[in-house]
Amino acid sequence: MPKEKIQRQKMPEQKPQERIKNFNEVPFGYSAEIAMKEANRCLQCKKPLCVKGCPVEVAIPEFVKLVSEGKFVEASRKIKETNALPAICGRVCPQEDQCEKVCIVGKKDKPVAVGALERFVSDLERNNNAIKIPDIPEKKNRKVAVVGSGPAGLTCAGDLALKGYDVTVFEALHKSGGVLVYGIPEFRLPKVIVQSEVDYLSMLGVKVETNMLIGRIATISDLFNEGFSSVFVGTGAGLPLFLHIPGENLIGVFSANEYLTRVNLMKAYLFPEYDTPIIRSRRVAVVGAGNVAMDSARTALRLGAEKVYLVYRRSRDEMPARIDEIHHAEEEGIDFQLLTNPIEILGKDGYVRAMKCLRMQLGEPDDSGRRRPIPIKGSEFEMEVDIVVVAIGNGPNPLLLRATPEIELNQWGNIKADTETLATTKKGVYAGGDIVTGAATVIAAMGQGKIAARSIDRFITT
Amino acid sequence: MFKIVNKSILGKEETGIYRIVIDAPRIARTRHAGQFVVLRTNEQGERIPLTICDADPVAGTFTLVFQAVGKSTMQLGKMNVGDNIQDVLGPLGRPTHIENYGTVVCIGGGIGIAPVHPIAQAMKQAGNKVISIIGARSKDLLILEEEMRRASNELLVTTDDGSYVRKGFTSDVLKEVINRPEKIDLVVAIGPVPMMRVISDITRSYGIKTMVSLNPIMLDATGMCGVCRVTVGGKTQFACVDGPEFDGHLVDFGELQKRLTTYLKDEKIAVEKYKHNPSCVDLAIAAQNQTK
Ligand SMILES: Cc1cc2nc3c(=O)[nH]c(=O)nc-3n(C[C@H](O)[C@H](O)[C@H](O)COP(=O)(O)OP(=O)(O)OC[C@H]3O[C@@H](n4cnc5c(N)ncnc54)[C@H](O)[C@@H]3O)c2cc1C
Ligand SMILES: Cc1cc2nc3c(=O)[nH]c(=O)nc-3n(C[C@H](O)[C@H](O)[C@H](O)COP(=O)(O)OP(=O)(O)OC[C@H]3O[C@@H](n4cnc5c(N)ncnc54)[C@H](O)[C@@H]3O)c2cc1C
Ligand code: SF4
Ligand code: SF4
Ligand code: FES
Repeated sequence: MPKEKIQRQKMPEQKPQERIKNFNEVPFGYSAEIAMKEANRCLQCKKPLCVKGCPVEVAIPEFVKLVSEGKFVEASRKIKETNALPAICGRVCPQEDQCEKVCIVGKKDKPVAVGALERFVSDLERNNNAIKIPDIPEKKNRKVAVVGSGPAGLTCAGDLALKGYDVTVFEALHKSGGVLVYGIPEFRLPKVIVQSEVDYLSMLGVKVETNMLIGRIATISDLFNEGFSSVFVGTGAGLPLFLHIPGENLIGVFSANEYLTRVNLMKAYLFPEYDTPIIRSRRVAVVGAGNVAMDSARTALRLGAEKVYLVYRRSRDEMPARIDEIHHAEEEGIDFQLLTNPIEILGKDGYVRAMKCLRMQLGEPDDSGRRRPIPIKGSEFEMEVDIVVVAIGNGPNPLLLRATPEIELNQWGNIKADTETLATTKKGVYAGGDIVTGAATVIAAMGQGKIAARSIDRFITT
Repeated sequence: MFKIVNKSILGKEETGIYRIVIDAPRIARTRHAGQFVVLRTNEQGERIPLTICDADPVAGTFTLVFQAVGKSTMQLGKMNVGDNIQDVLGPLGRPTHIENYGTVVCIGGGIGIAPVHPIAQAMKQAGNKVISIIGARSKDLLILEEEMRRASNELLVTTDDGSYVRKGFTSDVLKEVINRPEKIDLVVAIGPVPMMRVISDITRSYGIKTMVSLNPIMLDATGMCGVCRVTVGGKTQFACVDGPEFDGHLVDFGELQKRLTTYLKDEKIAVEKYKHNPSCVDLAIAAQNQTK
């Protein structure tokens, strides 16, 4: 049977009407049978394009072949040779822009579902307690500090532990995982998965110290004085950007970070079982169109909102979110108000009452190559809402960097790191992830964590 | 986890004002006047900000003074010596800028007396003449009088209802001090928002530089969420990292006061539930202590 005849296998998932009432994960994942069927679609290319599309060069044909043979745990271990967090990447990578974008099968048909397969095998490995701790070479007796426990920091810590270093991760919040725990919702990335990755690092001997805001309780220089030989900075893009329009400090205007942190990290959806409250509103406007906006809009639905608008000033083609998230949001009934720009938030007695918007049209391409939205005269209208969630992006949190003036920043306030080694301008300090690139992706942050681990090893041993 | 090593009740039992000392050597060593911590009593708890009122770097401990006003502070008030607090993050916020200004008036209203105390102490140590004014609604709610007297060159006390020393607000006393011949170089005021607002209005008309410490709702307190935003001089600032101290003449107090009411309804629900069934959370804390 010619391979192209098999259709790309769909992942079973919760029905939209059901899932908007709970915080459980939306897709259920493949069964062994479906996974093997899907794996059979792969042509086992001699020069696999898919691998070039993956930022950490997962050995895709090799692991997919193992799946097709039913060797699932082996497949998972194959992936882990280059990607320490496959259960997470399988769920949140923008595959359509990376590995699956260039898959040869995708030229005529739908590409091989690399992400779904990756998710399947790593879930299986975890659920069967088949996670194996690799042999760790002799301890090097040198200490490395990692600041921030997002995907960049965790990856860097893991790689250094595997090289025999004594690694301590310092995290400001009370839980580690960065955006994976406070930002990305449970229904998209169950927190037990993140926890199991963190537990895995502990098994490798990595120490995690939470409640440690570096820059206040200790500076980077203090860490060197305490005997750390090198420091990795992976503090992410955690500074919420606002619209700077009138009415933004009314009660009911949230940054997406606040909205999502209340729900994910603090479990406000379980209030009053959990103590952190959140405003439960009837009508919600979310501003933005990236993953963060989709997550906020879908969270609002699950908190019981009747109507959720997603307000974006460009058109559908420019929406930066993963395709899956856009589909899921639409299926769940999020009302996309495209080519629409908020200009004022209107209040009553200090509370949000409505958002005033302008309709836009697309003009000439701007610096980013995307067509610039221009306002249509006289198109002003009011959208009646009781909360507004601003999800237009995040900048670098300046706290640690203000306390470390030796580390040079670029014009956007991100760390200037050497493109090859990720060395900063302070000796022995390396940086990676969103704090260097600006808000990007989980896999990109992990890729940088890996590079930095290699550089740190070289710095210490030479 | 962070152990409570000392606990006392300030004033009368019913007023619910507590002082606890927590074992946290690193915080004790690094904190400065004006800084705070965020803590979470147990796994279900919310993150609440409280000012570091004192610290002993040798013993490795620091002190909090708080009033049980809602569920989280009530629960914290019920914890005893030997109990463990799940999470303590700090020191947070920018330290108070301490220098020799000349004559400094330190004003504490209600529970605000606790955070003004380390500032008065530091100002006096830096060579300032410190005149302190403390006030409370009534005698039973007045705390740290003796400590404040030691931290100041002169202490003036007032109560809203006249049940102790004299009747009047701290702002009334401040006006009298301003009317003395002596020049005042700086006013530091910490207390309820309406108090800080009135004080700032008074000193503005006299052109006396005034520092206030703001207490907006906070969540992460690391500059990540923006819920603590306050308008100062027409610009949005995050109180947890840019503050909590700001120039009182530039603060939009009306907005702050309003934003503090965001969760009033939910807070009532939480308190009611806690009062009816405190056992579940208290059991959680007990379990937490077992594991230690
Ligand atoms: C809601 C949301 C949804 C997203 N969805 C996707 C998706 O579907 N797919 C995808 O690929 N990407 C997604 N992203 C982007 C992705 O999560 C980030 O690019 C990635 O997490 C960056 O990793 P990082 O390690 O650089 O930083 P982060 O994950 O931001 O972690 C940084 C950590 O450092 C800590 N920290 C900061 N300052 C200090 C300090 N001074 N001291 C100690 N600790 C500190 C922070 O508390 C945090 O835990 C999403 C982002 C958000 C916000
Ligand atoms: C930087 C900072 C330092 C602080 N230092 C102290 C301190 O040293 N001692 C102390 O007793 N309190 C202090 N507070 C206030 C303290 O954080 C609140 O009292 C506490 O969060 C209330 O939690 P709760 O669950 O017990 O009450 P909630 O149920 O959350 O609230 C009960 C009542 O308190 C009000 N309230 C809620 N949050 C605040 C707040 N942040 N400030 C003022 N009122 C509030 C509510 O409007 C409500 O009326 C500080 C606040 C900040 C921001
Ligand atoms: S890590 Fe991401 S990009 Fe790489 S193969 Fe897996 S899903 Fe594709
Ligand atoms: S490009 Fe597609 S078909 Fe070829 S090896 Fe990669 S996944 Fe398989
Ligand atoms: S409390 Fe979240 S930014 Fe200040």
